Amino acid sequence: MLLISCPNCGSRDETEFHYGGQAHVAYPENPNELNDKEWAHFLFYRENTKGIFAERWLHSTGCRQWFNMLRDTVTYDIKAVYPMGTPRPDAAGKSTAETGTASLAADSTTTGTAAPSISGTSIAPAATPASTTAPKGATK
Amino acid sequence: MANTAALDGINGLRDIRRSPASHLAAAMDAGSIQGTVVLKEGLFQTMAGVRVDPRSEEGSRIAAVTGGLPARCGDVGGTDRVTVLWLGPSEFLVVAPEEAHDSLGGDLIGSLVAALGDAPGQVVDLSANRTTFELSGPRARAVLEKGCALDLHPRSFTTGAALSTEVGNIPVVLQKTGEESYRIFPRASFAEFLGRWLLDAMREFASPEVP
Ligand SMILES: [Zn+2]
Repeated sequence: MLLISCPNCGSRDETEFHYGGQAHVAYPENPNELNDKEWAHFLFYRENTKGIFAERWLHSTGCRQWFNMLRDTVTYDIKAVYPMGTPRPDAAGKSTAETGTASLAADSTTTGTAAPSISGTSIAPAATPASTTAPKGATK
Repeated sequence: MANTAALDGINGLRDIRRSPASHLAAAMDAGSIQGTVVLKEGLFQTMAGVRVDPRSEEGSRIAAVTGGLPARCGDVGGTDRVTVLWLGPSEFLVVAPEEAHDSLGGDLIGSLVAALGDAPGQVVDLSANRTTFELSGPRARAVLEKGCALDLHPRSFTTGAALSTEVGNIPVVLQKTGEESYRIFPRASFAEFLGRWLLDAMREFASPEVP
């Protein structure tokens, strides 16, 4: 079981979350100009990364807000948690320059204030991506 | 606002209304161990779902009606009559006694609607959406800990806090109302399952403790 650090609620069990697939998939600026192949690529084609992967998560039984996460698909190590609409933090020296995100949830960026009073870590700044590492097997 | 004939109609239905876990009332009586852990269903509270940006002007108007909006996860706002639970950065659940409902002479829903006005957001009467379980006693925490992954130790989950989470795999809002008392808000359709789950979790405490 993963312990995932929601930017609003702190550390919670993985069962409270839903996976939202690859992050930073920009909606086409002019969908009408896409041919079928390009549209299919936008809809269905995703990276199958071995290693650090940027993905979307929804805290469905908590605050019901979306956020982005950098996760190692091999070790399940969570490298960073960051708000929707913000660029991917630099992960382990790998520089990426994505533009735009697939986020439609405007108010999911209203985070990043104080950490909740109960427990857990908050958003890791890009400089210290390892600080939200979930303690593996820490749940009951 | 609404016409009185319609309100009379609503009130006429009150006599045949049953709460979501009413059929478990006898089982909850039998399963409660006085002085150890007691389970009851709190009946028919008035609840309103509010979505509003708390930093906006309409947010302040809503806060004036409810007696404040909680600022972050875990916080509870309101007064001694009205409780405001934090569900998300812009989503709140307002809970008040049954009499606060507009159909019973109260004005909670109406005044919330009026406070929001035409501003972006929503106020929805959710009084029938969730029921309330009241779990109390020295072993209440031990019962909850069987099916809740949160740290319920008092150093972390303090009196007056409320969190959206899962108890027995059921999504609930869990509010700590006292040192040894909790309110659990499951949706009505989960009341049967969660009620029986809690009774099962309480059962071991009826037997003498094995040293
Ligand atoms: Zn959350």
